[in-house]
Amino acid sequence: MRFAIPLAVFVLLVILLGVGLTLDPREVPSPLIGKPAPAFSLPEVAAADRTLSLDRLKGQVFLLNVWASWCVSCRQEHPVLVDFAKRGIVPIYGLNYKDTRDDALAWLKRFGDPYRASAFDEDGKMGIDWGVYGVPETFLVDQHGVIRYKHTGPVTPEDLENKILPLIRELQGAA
Amino acid sequence: MKRLILCLWGLLAVPAADAMEVRQFDDPAKQERYETLIKDVRCLVCQNQSLAESDAELAKDLRTEVYNIIQSGKSSEEAVQFLTDRYGDFVLYRPPFKSITLLLWLGPFLLLAGGAVFLWKQARRRAEPSGKEEALSADERRRLQQLKDRFQG
Amino acid sequence: MIAEFGHIALVMALLMALLQGTFPLMGASQGVSIWMSVAKPAGRAQFLFLLASFGALTACFVNNDFSVEYVARNSNSALPLYYRIAAVWGSHEGSMLLWATILGLWTAAVTVFSRSLSEDFLARVLGVMGLVSVGILLFILYTSNPFERLAPAPPDGNDLNPLLQDFGMTVHPPMLYMGYVGLSVAFAFAIAALLGGSLDSAWARWSRPWTLVAWTFLTGGITLGSWWAYYELGWGGWWFWDPVENASFMPWLVATALIHSLAVTEKRGAFKTWTVLLAIFAFSLSLLGTFLVRSGVLTSVHAFASDPTRGLFILILLAIVVGGSLLVYTLKAPGVRDVARYSLVSKENLLLLNNILLVTASASILLGTLYPLILDALKLGKISVGPPYFGAVFAPLMAPIFLLAGIGPMFAWRESSIGRILHRVRYLFPASFAAGVALAALAWNEADFKMMAGLGCAFWLAASALLSLWTRLRLREGWLEGLRAQSPSVYGMTAAHLGAAVFLVGAVLSDRLSQEKLVRMAPGDSVTLSGYSFHFLGTETLQGPNFSAQQATFRVERDGKSLELKPQKRNYKVQRNMMTEAAIDPGLTRDLYVALGEPLDKNAWSVRLYVKPFIRWIWAGGLFMIAGGLLSVSDRRYRLPLREARAVPGQAAAARAS
Repeated sequence: MRFAIPLAVFVLLVILLGVGLTLDPREVPSPLIGKPAPAFSLPEVAAADRTLSLDRLKGQVFLLNVWASWCVSCRQEHPVLVDFAKRGIVPIYGLNYKDTRDDALAWLKRFGDPYRASAFDEDGKMGIDWGVYGVPETFLVDQHGVIRYKHTGPVTPEDLENKILPLIRELQGAA
Repeated sequence: MKRLILCLWGLLAVPAADAMEVRQFDDPAKQERYETLIKDVRCLVCQNQSLAESDAELAKDLRTEVYNIIQSGKSSEEAVQFLTDRYGDFVLYRPPFKSITLLLWLGPFLLLAGGAVFLWKQARRRAEPSGKEEALSADERRRLQQLKDRFQG
Repeated sequence: MIAEFGHIALVMALLMALLQGTFPLMGASQGVSIWMSVAKPAGRAQFLFLLASFGALTACFVNNDFSVEYVARNSNSALPLYYRIAAVWGSHEGSMLLWATILGLWTAAVTVFSRSLSEDFLARVLGVMGLVSVGILLFILYTSNPFERLAPAPPDGNDLNPLLQDFGMTVHPPMLYMGYVGLSVAFAFAIAALLGGSLDSAWARWSRPWTLVAWTFLTGGITLGSWWAYYELGWGGWWFWDPVENASFMPWLVATALIHSLAVTEKRGAFKTWTVLLAIFAFSLSLLGTFLVRSGVLTSVHAFASDPTRGLFILILLAIVVGGSLLVYTLKAPGVRDVARYSLVSKENLLLLNNILLVTASASILLGTLYPLILDALKLGKISVGPPYFGAVFAPLMAPIFLLAGIGPMFAWRESSIGRILHRVRYLFPASFAAGVALAALAWNEADFKMMAGLGCAFWLAASALLSLWTRLRLREGWLEGLRAQSPSVYGMTAAHLGAAVFLVGAVLSDRLSQEKLVRMAPGDSVTLSGYSFHFLGTETLQGPNFSAQQATFRVERDGKSLELKPQKRNYKVQRNMMTEAAIDPGLTRDLYVALGEPLDKNAWSVRLYVKPFIRWIWAGGLFMIAGGLLSVSDRRYRLPLREARAVPGQAAAARAS
């Protein structure tokens, strides 16, 4: 019997490695999920004299999308967001991460602007508070200002339909 | 050793050993705490490097945050708390001791204990006479002992 | 054309491997001599085809044939010839071809040095190696063909990763693979012995030299890798507990255990099932390392080949090779007769303890490496396991090995008196540790427990290893006579144990006494570190073949002596990478290390300065171990045909009869 122990351990190891192949080791789950969104108060991209703050956004389900004009994969997800914004299901707000105002505005002009407003996070402090580590990232926040979901990397139409939309419906239904 | 290559090949063109901004501390003890701490924190962008080594923008920003926390006189624990609140345990190269890491920390010693039990049982079994050893005469046994004595001194 | 030729040669090698993996094994089980005789020619032909294939890929690199995708991705016409050749194994596909070619080399070596092996045993060994080769070649041909063409061909290539444009990195992979793949020989011997029921002392004696050579290469590969990381990455570190490094260290630990366990099986016919399991483990860990490095399941190794089909293919290969061999073990091991008897205090038990410590250390590294994956798979969250964990777990496991390695050889087989041994070392043991404490306190004014204990351990290990040798020498009439009478393997063992002590000194002292400073320096500035004053004289621009560089000049002075260090910051044109070339003044008692950081304002640079005492000793320890391995292999005993070799009384015959 004891001669079968190595084989048994190895079978478990192979199962583990097989499961491992389906996982993405780079993705870091956010500890903020289920927690109140970190407060912020930053000037808007479109107008330096207007302030976008968490208090202003509370009371509704919304998406917060982290973007930057220097981010290549943001370009990939941008049409998805533009289309989604047109459907008017939830408002999308932007977090313009470590960018310059001119570049950001030019970028929005060129590719379209799905955002109600974008916070201008020049030094990336708000990004750090929200645990941003790779642009683009998308947060789903509920009526009470609690972060419900985080998507790292470009959002695809499938992600939107299969994961994010059902969650939005659930949150909106609960209200 | 290959982690930089991997960073280079796969993800970003990150050069080696560029994370070199010079920071001033008002107290050498703080500097030491800062340097020890950033070596034990994993960078989230180039995930094969510590915060101390990474040249990624985010790593620089996080080093600045840690620097500010330490320089303002707060403890290393507070700096760690700041990082884990935002990024989770993933950033810690030294996993915290809690229920899900119990096996990680105790595993090696459990394995060693298992090995010790195996050794003990094996040794006991082997120490029993097999009955197949040719019996030595008293004279032979004496000569054998002499040889052994000579070898072992 | 050359690429197609290489591709065809690879397919031919696969056919030869298929022949080699089927007929000899069937022949051995059916007793058909003519089938078994396929093994040798098929193995040699396989090697020749692999060599041709490898040569073809090398030719593509030398001729700058950028219509071959792999060449286009990893070379450039401005790359010097030497690096164009090294670029053959600079990335995934070519390094797998190197892996396969080295397996072919080991196979050919077995066909040449096999005069003493019986016909069916040799047929089984080559058959098992052939099957492994079939798997690897299928993997290359289906998922990682280096001869794939690119249409249209780009005008020039993407260049070799600058980190690899370096001597250490060109030699490191072949050396390491010689070790990894060399363990396949011990593995094949083990499976052949299990299948044929010939798990005896003769099997252990045949396995020993092969295992020793593979172990020596593995030691060399790891030592080189560590040295390369030290001078090329610009961090002054020599070991990072990265999953890639762990992948090489785990088989090394098990192979080290295997060398010791084989000695017991050869000399005493004991531990048969344990030794055979270690042989399986050692090669399995090599394969597992290959999987971890190339499948993308661990972040650290993410980028080697993130193609999921590759990961799945290697996993299936791993499951078949390792699962199959463990199945053979499960079925055959219970039938192995092991009648060796030894008392509680004996060399046998001491070596078993050594084995348990080494295997536990290896298993702990595996646990730490895979633990994040386990938690992730069970959806329990994500953690990172890094150097602080390995450091904390590893030191207590290694300490007893360092304590016991030196006196181990003084124990007698079968039965030993612990009182006598303790009596022999009654002065040496306390003296070693007193010397460690005294040296730490007097020379460096340090009262650090780890440093004192580490130095004491190192002194004790060195002293007891020499005492063991002395005990052997005294058995002869004069000590000169004694020196001549010892077999090379005794000197090999002593050298390897001394190597461990030398390594420990380097690891402990460089860890504890290293000084580093990160400073802003403008030309004319001076900074003092550990009594050395570093003067920054200025920078100049240099042109390399495929890079341009800023080279700084530092004059380092101490006690009226001075030397110059010229670190560089290189900009590789094609990959647009900035690379740090540290300047190092190596020394027996200290290294001076300067690395340029970033250019700041007004000709100033951020500069990293290091003084690293005794760091060379780390790699010197590796060299001692390599020398030990080579000395042991040179033992005449291994080269004698079986019938002339010293017969091992009793055990061999008893086992074969079972």
